[in-house]
Amino acid sequence: MLKTRILPTLLFKDNGLVKGKQFQSDRPVGSALQAIKVYNRREVDELIFLDVNASLQGRPPDFEQIDELADECFMPMTVGGGVSQVEHIRGLLAVGADKICIGSAAFSDPGLISEGARMYGRQCIVAAIDVRREGGDWRVYSHCGTRPTEYEPAAWAREVERLGVGEIVLTSIDRDGTMSGYDIEITKRVAAAVSVPVIASGGAGQFAHMVEVLKLGGASAVAAASIFHFTEMTPREAKLYLRDSGFAMRL
Amino acid sequence: MPRVAIIDYGLCNLDSIRRAVEMCGGDPFVTDEPDRLDEANLLILPGVGAFGVAMENLKAHGMDQAIREQVASGIPMLGICLGMQLLASHSCEGGRHAGLDLIPGDVVLLNERGGNDRVPHIGWNSVRCDQADDPLLGGLTDETDFYFVHSYHVACKDSGNAIASTPYCGGFTSVIRRDNVAGTQFHPEKSQRAGFHLLTNFLEQ
Repeated sequence: MLKTRILPTLLFKDNGLVKGKQFQSDRPVGSALQAIKVYNRREVDELIFLDVNASLQGRPPDFEQIDELADECFMPMTVGGGVSQVEHIRGLLAVGADKICIGSAAFSDPGLISEGARMYGRQCIVAAIDVRREGGDWRVYSHCGTRPTEYEPAAWAREVERLGVGEIVLTSIDRDGTMSGYDIEITKRVAAAVSVPVIASGGAGQFAHMVEVLKLGGASAVAAASIFHFTEMTPREAKLYLRDSGFAMRL
Repeated sequence: MPRVAIIDYGLCNLDSIRRAVEMCGGDPFVTDEPDRLDEANLLILPGVGAFGVAMENLKAHGMDQAIREQVASGIPMLGICLGMQLLASHSCEGGRHAGLDLIPGDVVLLNERGGNDRVPHIGWNSVRCDQADDPLLGGLTDETDFYFVHSYHVACKDSGNAIASTPYCGGFTSVIRRDNVAGTQFHPEKSQRAGFHLLTNFLEQ
């Protein structure tokens, strides 16, 4: 049986890992290499590593850095931030990324997703969709939450699926870093709109939040950052909790 | 220490496989030169990517023929993920493509038999040992979890080549073997302890 995944998210900025609230006021939370070594020892299911400033600064991924990190990473790693050309996808896969996360660039160049999927298979192309609640509806934002797009999340999710992504990381900007729970409603809407797996992200503060978004939101997996950076709770404890809540987990 | 050639055809992540082989006690080298396969005791055909592009690249490097010759000489080979699919006769990923045809079978999309499982199949899933005496599976607990990330799978023509299976989309073959050629649909190099155990089994052949 396919196990439910819990993915720690590592956000990289300037020289180290950070974690903020609602995509702002980042606090430093240590070194990426150290975090990877720890998660490796703890046998976490998978990692997401995002270079959060790359797209904003208009620069490509730092291939050397990913190369170094991947050498220490014996678990699957999804890498994103600054991916704007097929050549970046190739370069990241070559240094050890397993899946490539595409966010901002998909709006100006949808062909990046279709060409990436054609070359490397859709299973390694992941769409990062960052959403913000606006009144009774939601809107997709690009460039680290700084630029509104014209898209409603479910419509954009269907579009990136059609273009060829194999997975979606759906992040609620409102809930990010607040530890107040995932946005169940939008997760449910997006998961119902597509047939690829959806990873819920943004808002985990208790293990019960994970159960909620998996059961009620239809997410296939959960990503979390603050809960692991700022509390004593570990991915393994999360897995035990989810197992006791009836999910198949890898322990 | 077995010399392990990791076949490079320009598509995929070779670093993590190289490191994993080292940690399992092998002496790996990455090569895109067919002649250098002669230096190896064992071959690994890795793979991330799309089938058609991968076969084109293998041919462009003259690797398809070199692999067939090495396999005919009896050298053990392990295909991983797309590398396993390349061992089959044909794939229908993005049109119909001929494979290396070392293990008769077709590469088909998951979910063709219906069901509600989401495709791609991504994450940790159990591997049921249908032929537990296979050397690759030695010492592994039945239904151990390995890491998968794929949309297609190999449907073996001869069920005797299907060594292990995984319950997803109605069930599919996750390990195949014919004589000295084997393949895993999952990524042992990303499957932590279980994956290293399987790689060690491969190195100790």
